[in-house]
Parts: sequence; structure tokens; C-alpha cells
Amino acid sequence: MIKRIATAIVGIGVAGGVGFLAYAWYPAIAPIAPPPPSSFTAAQIEHGRVLAAGGYCAECHTRTDGKRGIELAGDYKMDTPFGAIFSSNITPDPETGIGRWSEAAFRRAMRKGVSRDGTHLFPAFPFDHFTHMTDQDINDVYAFLMTREPIHSVKRENTVGFPFNIRLEQAGWKLLFLHEGELKYDQSHDAEWNRGAYLAEGLSHCSACHTPRNAMGAEKSSAPYDGAAVDNWIAPPLNAHNPTPEVWTEDEFFKYLRYGSAPLHGSAAGPMSPVVHGGLSEMPESDVHAIAHYLADIDHASSRVSQDPKAIAWAMDASMKDLVGPQTNPNARLYAGACAACHANAGPQPVEGRPELALNNALWLDEPTNLYQVILRGIGTTEGISTVSMPSFYHSLSDADLARLAAYLRATRTTLPPWTDLEKKAAEVRKTLPAPPVASSH
Amino acid sequence: MTTFRLNGRDVTVDVPADTPLLWVIRDEVGLTGTKFGCGIGMCGACTVHIGGRATRSCVTPVSAAEGADITTIEGIDPEGNHPVQQAWRDLQVPQCGYCQSGQIMQAISLLKDYPSPTDEEIDAVMAGSLCRCMTYVRIREAIKKAAANARGDASNG
Repeated sequence: MIKRIATAIVGIGVAGGVGFLAYAWYPAIAPIAPPPPSSFTAAQIEHGRVLAAGGYCAECHTRTDGKRGIELAGDYKMDTPFGAIFSSNITPDPETGIGRWSEAAFRRAMRKGVSRDGTHLFPAFPFDHFTHMTDQDINDVYAFLMTREPIHSVKRENTVGFPFNIRLEQAGWKLLFLHEGELKYDQSHDAEWNRGAYLAEGLSHCSACHTPRNAMGAEKSSAPYDGAAVDNWIAPPLNAHNPTPEVWTEDEFFKYLRYGSAPLHGSAAGPMSPVVHGGLSEMPESDVHAIAHYLADIDHASSRVSQDPKAIAWAMDASMKDLVGPQTNPNARLYAGACAACHANAGPQPVEGRPELALNNALWLDEPTNLYQVILRGIGTTEGISTVSMPSFYHSLSDADLARLAAYLRATRTTLPPWTDLEKKAAEVRKTLPAPPVASSH
Repeated sequence: MTTFRLNGRDVTVDVPADTPLLWVIRDEVGLTGTKFGCGIGMCGACTVHIGGRATRSCVTPVSAAEGADITTIEGIDPEGNHPVQQAWRDLQVPQCGYCQSGQIMQAISLLKDYPSPTDEEIDAVMAGSLCRCMTYVRIREAIKKAAANARGDASNG
């Protein structure tokens, strides 16, 4: 109710009043001389390193477009509906980084989304999640960051246009959407669940990508973990709306998050690859178990597992469809020639390292985006299953070929309605990728 | 710089990250048993093993093989006597031979997944490995013979 009243207030602009300004205004926190590394203990720095990995700091604070930037030196380009936002330098450089930030200033940024100088930060920085971390964890991340090599690096200017570039508005956003403070222990669940909730909702901010956002760029509280489009990929639903025939159980979540591959769902490609291989792989195994435990509760796995015991048997049948005997369907022939050598499974279970498309997330989502991404880009050995790779079919398959394959697989390897506008969507995904060289004879 | 293991040996190459692995294997390292066929991953002639799994090297950028364990036809047996190679020789499978190293690499991978493959399993997995000489019937027989040999069942062949 308070929120609703607040919405009304902000909505009609009365919030420009004194009360709002008092709420919205934060003082600068005095700059400090950069603390020497000796002011932190080795244990604190190491713990901070693990937390920084599990929070994927480097993923969004390292430039990837054009030339790759130095880790944590910022300038990562985030395309948002409001314009491009370039992340800040979080190395301890005194001029361009956070070298003059005190621990209190850092904690305020993590908890309230306010910069050292009092400026409101955009929620592209997921302070709405980091706010749930403990003081100790935040301080340890600070210790880790402040002991990195200071890198002098100025980020590019944001292209967020008027009126969204007025930072004070962010205070209104926070009034509506920020639930500040440490996550409360939920007595109705066990310790592992609570640890998983702490990590998933706080440090590892899963819903930042897996929950759709509203017109103001905040996660929709009405649709938690419903899945969303992110960086030209689809972050699949993590709740019971996930459409794959096999339920994401705790075991599947764990294997995916720990090793990059869930045998009955597929492997971690695209933006999820660094989450696993650069992030969660640094965390203690028990923490990854806790996240898996928590997510398996989010999608009600325990009450759903037994609902479709025939899913694997069905998938094994589907997997061999059209691959036996003479075949005149050109789409089936395309699949047999380009894909089946690595993806056909004869059963009774999918072979490890032979990802079964009839079970794979990419075929069961509402859009073919992820399927196209993987076919066009391939998956390297540093992604997905870390010992094997999938080639890139960028030059092998035209947009029309991709559309044929997608339509064929959707029709024969799922029970869902067909995708639409397949060729157009293939062109759209292709446009987002750099073209690899043509492997012509030379 | 990309580093990987090739036939048990550490290899580091200084080529653009998007160079096809096949080019690196043939031109940089100098192992020419792996063949260039179509260049778009549709014929199977360039098949090598990455992490033990058959992979089309012509469409795999070398950067996607960082840290990988790669085996080519030269690496499956030091004397050229891998059971699949033996079966291939026994049944005189090749005609012109161009596609055969890719066929053998795919067959080894098939037998790892399905040690006693049915005709259907062979067709499904081998369909992406083309042979212009149409040696398919002998390829299928040789795969079954290699499987039988591995089982110690000498009568099937």
C-alpha cells in the first residue's frame, strides 16, 4: 500500500517537493588516500576474490566491444532501452577508479546505489541485489578490489537521453523498486535454502537477467524468474514456466552451474558461460549446491519431477527421427548432414557430450534466438562443456537454411507450436555477430 | 596465442583467433592427414577429435580449441594400427581415400558412444561424413568388424 501511494506521488510529480529532495539527496563521502594493501588481511582479500567471481564483477566492468579492456577497468557497454551505459572503472586508480573510495562509500554504493560523490547510480549496476549482502561480504569485495592493480582508464560517456539522464530520478526509482538491506533468514526453510537465496538474490543476482523488466527498467515483481531477453540471447525462465520436457532438478541445476552442462537440458553458452566458468567455478562447491537447491525450489522441482517420466524415452525416439533409411525431406537431410553426427542419440539415455536437442532449452523456448546463436557462433572449449567444442556454422548455413532447420527441429523434436518469422529472426541474430573468416581452400 | 594439446604434444600457435583449426593443423603444425573437403562443416573430411569427440575442424576457430585435447588421424595409434584402421585395411574400405581419415575419426567416436552399433546408429552418426566414391557399404561393414573385434567376436566380419 505504501508503494502504491508512493507510485501515485512520484507519478504526478508532487515528489519534486522538499520531502523527496530530502530523501533523494546524498552527501559526498570524503575522498581518502588509497589504502595500502597491508590494510587488508590475506584471508579477507581471498574471500573477496571468490565473492567478486561469484558476483561476476569483471563481466560488466571489463570492456569487451572493440578491443578487450583490462579486467575491472570498466567501460563495458550495456545496451538498455534508455541508451548505452558504460560501466565504471573499479580498479583502485585514484583519478579514474575507486582508489579514493572509503569502505563506507563502497558499502553505500552496494547498498543504496549511490556513488562516493553522492550521485545516484543507474540500476544497470545491480545494487538492488547487492544490497542484500552482509557488511562483511561487501567489505571483503572492497578488500579484493582495492588490492588490484590501479588502472588509469576513462570510460566512454553514457548515451542515456533526456529525461532518463537526470540522476535524481533514480531516487524515485529506488523508492519504488529498491528493497534495501540484508536478506532476512527465512525460518520456514533450511540453512542450505537460505544460503542459496542469499547468493541467488544477492551476490549472484540471477534474476537481474532471468526476470523480465518493466517500463522503468526494474525487475517485474509480478513475474519473478519468468525469463527475459538479454544481450541478444534469451535468459530462460527459471521457474515452473520453463518449458523443457525434463524439469530442472537440483541435480541438473548443480551440474549446469558447476560444470557448464546439464545432461538433460544443454550447456552454458553465451552470457551464461562466464557465469559458470569465470564465476561460480571459483565458489565453494557447497555454495553452488545451495544455489541449485534454492532454484529447484523456485521451479517447484520436487512436485514436478514425476509428472512426465516418459520424457526421456520420448526424446530418444524423437532424436532418431528421419535419420534411418532413405530420406527425401530436404530439411531432414540438412539436419542429418550438418547436426546429427554429434546430436543423434539412440538411447536409452542421451550420451554425455552428445547434447540431445529434443530435451534442449534452445528448442523449447518461445523464440529461436538461442538456437540461432549457438549454431552461428559455435561453443568453444572455454564455454559449455569445457573439454569439447561445437563449430560455427556462420558460413555454412544461410538464414533460409537456419530457418528450415529451426522449423524442422521445432516440429520434430518438440511438442510446441511452430516458431514464426524464422528467416527474419535468423538475419537479426546474425547481424549481432562478427563474421568469422571463410574457410576456403588456400 | 592459442595453446592446446595435439596428439599428446603441447602446441602453441600465434595466429589470429578466428583462424580455422584445420588450417592450423595442416599449415602451422604440418599434419596433413586431416583433409579439406567442403570448408563449411558439411562433408566430414576435416574431422578430428576435440576432447575425444568428433569435431569438424574447418569451421572450428582455433580460439574455440584453447586448452583442448585434440587428436588427429596421425595420433590415434603410433603404428597406424588402431582397431578401426585394422578393420578398414582388412575390408579394403578406401577407394580414392580422400574422405577416409575423417570417416575413421567419426567411426572411432561412434564406437565410443555405441560400442555395438546397429545399422540405424551407424547411419545416424555417419550421415554427415560424405564419400564421393560411395564406399558407404564397406564403411558400415568395417565399423561392425571393428566393434566385433573389440568384443573379441571374430566370426562377425
